[in-house]
Amino acid sequence: MTFWTYRRRDNLVGYLFVAPALLGSLAFVLIPLGMVGWYSLNEWNVLGGTFEFIGIENYQQLLGDEKLRDSLVATAWFAAGLVVLNLSLALLLAVLLNQKLRGTTLFRTLFFSPVLVSLVAWTLVWQLMLQPEGSVNGLLGFFGIDGPNWLRGDTTAMVSVIVVQVIKNVGLNMVLFLAALQGVPAPLYEAAKIDGAGAWTRFRRITIPLISPTILLTSIITIVGSLQVFAQIAVLTQGGPGTSTTVLIYYLYQQAFQFHHFGYGATISVLLFVIVAALTLLQWQMRRKWVLHES
Amino acid sequence: MSRLLALICTALVALTACSGSSAQSGPKTLRMTVWTANEAHLKLLNEIASEYKASHPDVTEIKFDSIPADGYTTTLTTQIAGGNAPDLAWILEESAPDFVSSGALAPIKAKVEKADELVPSATKLWEKDGELYAYPFSTSPFGLFVNTDLVKDLPATWEQAVAASAGKNLVLPDFKYQNWAVLSAIWRGWGASAWSEDGRQCGFSSQEMKDAMTFVHKAIFTDKAIPGPGTTVDFFAGDAAMAVSQISRAGALKDAKFGWTLLPLPQGPKGDYAVIGQAGVGVLKRSKNAEAAADFLGFFTNAANSAKLAQFFPPVRQSLLNADTLAKSNPLIKPEQLQSVVIDGISKGVVKPSHQGQEELNQTIRAALDPLWKPDANVSQVLDGVCAKIKPLLERS
Repeated sequence: MTFWTYRRRDNLVGYLFVAPALLGSLAFVLIPLGMVGWYSLNEWNVLGGTFEFIGIENYQQLLGDEKLRDSLVATAWFAAGLVVLNLSLALLLAVLLNQKLRGTTLFRTLFFSPVLVSLVAWTLVWQLMLQPEGSVNGLLGFFGIDGPNWLRGDTTAMVSVIVVQVIKNVGLNMVLFLAALQGVPAPLYEAAKIDGAGAWTRFRRITIPLISPTILLTSIITIVGSLQVFAQIAVLTQGGPGTSTTVLIYYLYQQAFQFHHFGYGATISVLLFVIVAALTLLQWQMRRKWVLHES
Repeated sequence: MSRLLALICTALVALTACSGSSAQSGPKTLRMTVWTANEAHLKLLNEIASEYKASHPDVTEIKFDSIPADGYTTTLTTQIAGGNAPDLAWILEESAPDFVSSGALAPIKAKVEKADELVPSATKLWEKDGELYAYPFSTSPFGLFVNTDLVKDLPATWEQAVAASAGKNLVLPDFKYQNWAVLSAIWRGWGASAWSEDGRQCGFSSQEMKDAMTFVHKAIFTDKAIPGPGTTVDFFAGDAAMAVSQISRAGALKDAKFGWTLLPLPQGPKGDYAVIGQAGVGVLKRSKNAEAAADFLGFFTNAANSAKLAQFFPPVRQSLLNADTLAKSNPLIKPEQLQSVVIDGISKGVVKPSHQGQEELNQTIRAALDPLWKPDANVSQVLDGVCAKIKPLLERS
């Protein structure tokens, strides 16, 4: 028997095919992930060039960090606002655009196009529009409304960041919902109509259950995405006014890259990792309860 | 991949040293990070570098690496963290305490030509235990630029300056309701300071600071002289009556379509004063070519080259600090203005606030001051709040 049996040769070819992807994720995901864990156990003074093992001290600091608590609250507000607004708007648009009417293709394109725009360019333009003398207030002024200084008010800054992000990305969820809606078999609606179900009942009893896998998918994507919001904050508010829009990842950036606390920054990213993992796991568990076909 | 290896290297054995900092022999290349991308600046820097290379054949390349001023220190420290530290770096005054105290910089006093003629008020920030850790190559006093098409009576006091620019804009170009340290150009006139000399006592809740900030608040929201938050007005395009800015900005007025003049900062209730912004250039201790880098720094800042640099960066050498020498390289500014703003400014000036852990203080103070930038703010309460927030940071160091 030779060493290179067909089986071994096949395996080798298989391994060679996955090798580039595997090496890539090893080098750029797994090793950095492990290193973040290691950094979080150390005090790393970049300027002084010292790197000192301090065990769980960074994690103890995490517990008593008031600014971290503020940023978790800001993150929760942002995530909640984004998910509720994004998903409901996306579903509404999808339902409207799922009608067989003239011009829907145009509107689909219009709502989807912001997804393709560069994020920073998008945010910079909105920054100009949201200035006190910007076009948003100009438009409001047209209707006799005296608009606020959007990016400098505690509540309006957060609302602005959420809305800018929703308009940017709502098209993506809309397309996913549209695809799901078109997969709902028409005979079901006909049968329901014959049974005397109204539009709302048909939507609640047929549409929602049948597109529930997509609702799960979009909500996971949107929640995880909301925890990663950075460029928008960096451009629009720099975490202000006060610390009202300092979300977790912006706080992480400040600690690691601005205040040079790399070890503590790594600790915050471990926390972020745990939060994302926990949320995803929770949603995955809950799918049995509310996603059709899963129980 | 080599970046990653370098990173892993730094990470795993930053403690023991992967490659060590042993001196390299053979051809050397030097890299200096700078925040200017101005062509005229880079041209001059490259000229000085070429001259040095001609007399030092072992140095084959001197590269000036432009990093945007916005986020400069962040980029620089990230390079250092990634094991990719430059050999020399420009350093902003606000990062000076961090860089000097951390031991990141190599001592350079021995390499500096005629170190004893450097103005003491300008080197103070860059010294530790009698040793110099960076050369203050640019020491730029704040002055008041006035658009003489819009303002006829030149102001001597802050009250007059605000009255004359009501509705016509008095701008602080770099402030943007973020960089609060720029306001020191105003509050020093009231005798206020951000913190005590030793950096341990907060100065924001002092009566002087409260008076000064009340004045600033009134200038914004009542007198409508300083443009409000979120409004951008460009003095250099002729849209404002006055601007509080550094002399190094005068270059932007070369093609100005309006009449302008430069005055020393107006007097506050405490009389005459001056505030300066600074930039130093230092050698990174971890550079493999630290020795050669320090040698080049000595050449870069010697009397002859300082004189050349003086056209963009006000010098700190006693021998260059006279109106005649400066006038040669600053054709836009009259000798008497150079005397009153630059020379007097450098000798009596106080450097903008800086402290160890400056960036964290910056962000904390910025956030705590935000409530002040509203028409109905309670100035005293906000300032007490600033002190409450930064007290632990000041006491930490």
